[in-house]
Amino acid sequence: MHDSQATTSQATVQVTTAEHEAHNPALVHQFADAEQQKNAASLGMWLFLVTEIMFFGGMFCAYLIYRLKYFNAFAAGSQSLAIKWGAINTAVLIASSVTVVLAIYAIRFGRKKLTVAFLVVTVLLGFVFLGIKSIEYTDKFREHHVPGANFHFTENFDDNGKQIPVNPNEVQLFFSLYFAMTGMHALHMIIGIGLMSTLAVLTWRGHYSAEYYTPLENAGLYWHLVDIIWIYLFPLLYLISRHT
Amino acid sequence: MSNEHGTSVKTYLIIGATLLVLTVATTLIAFVNLGPFNPVVALTIATIKALLVILFFMHVKGASEKLTGVVVVSGFFFLAILLTLSLSDYLTRSWW
Repeated sequence: MHDSQATTSQATVQVTTAEHEAHNPALVHQFADAEQQKNAASLGMWLFLVTEIMFFGGMFCAYLIYRLKYFNAFAAGSQSLAIKWGAINTAVLIASSVTVVLAIYAIRFGRKKLTVAFLVVTVLLGFVFLGIKSIEYTDKFREHHVPGANFHFTENFDDNGKQIPVNPNEVQLFFSLYFAMTGMHALHMIIGIGLMSTLAVLTWRGHYSAEYYTPLENAGLYWHLVDIIWIYLFPLLYLISRHT
Repeated sequence: MSNEHGTSVKTYLIIGATLLVLTVATTLIAFVNLGPFNPVVALTIATIKALLVILFFMHVKGASEKLTGVVVVSGFFFLAILLTLSLSDYLTRSWW
């Protein structure tokens, strides 16, 4: 009896070894097939993205509360932002999201060079975004709109060019939230650029193929979420208080 | 050509173009005085754009794993709880 048990377990070991040799090397043992593995990775990434939504959600919540309380000051602060740069940056980010999905589409067909090309364009668009953001930040520093000891705010005119008095301290609160939200978003962009650059190098070296490209897909999810956050930041900070 | 998500290059480009058109639209509408509806229109357009990105670029539409959709919805659901309960608190305070 003991013998037969031993034989059975030996047979099992042999079968497992045979399966191990036959299966896709990118598939780890705990998953039944590649699709299940990919779904699990994507689910895990989404759980992380939910924490990111809540992280930015805290700042969106603070913005909403103070905007309702200090409406005129927030409108005045919002009107001092350059709508042109905000809109161009939105377009840049949308273009970069398109290049990300095209990179992932290309790797599905094993087109490595095309994938690397799309990733490089994504990284370049990321730098364009940060460059435009730096122009905006420079303007804000020049105008003394950065919260702190040198903060100074006088320009607050309505549609007819009539000056409306606002409390500079309340406007300062708007700019604190502006720099916190766009700064945190820019930090996410920098991380995203690092991810995409690394993945471009790894793809070039042949780490990813039509069978296995999960890191590309997850980095893509991250990039799109950063895009979505900007899609909300643009109207909230630049657009919704043009008329008060 | 389409992949396992059923999304083709043509779809990606159409969605990308739609997002750009919506960006131009929301920017232009911001210069039109709609009174209290300016924020409503701006945020509605932003939500449509976010939905397009989530469904088509992040492949939540047509995902083989339905649990992913549940996690996505739960994320925004908890965000809605955060915003609704915070505002219902602040807006009903006597000192507000």
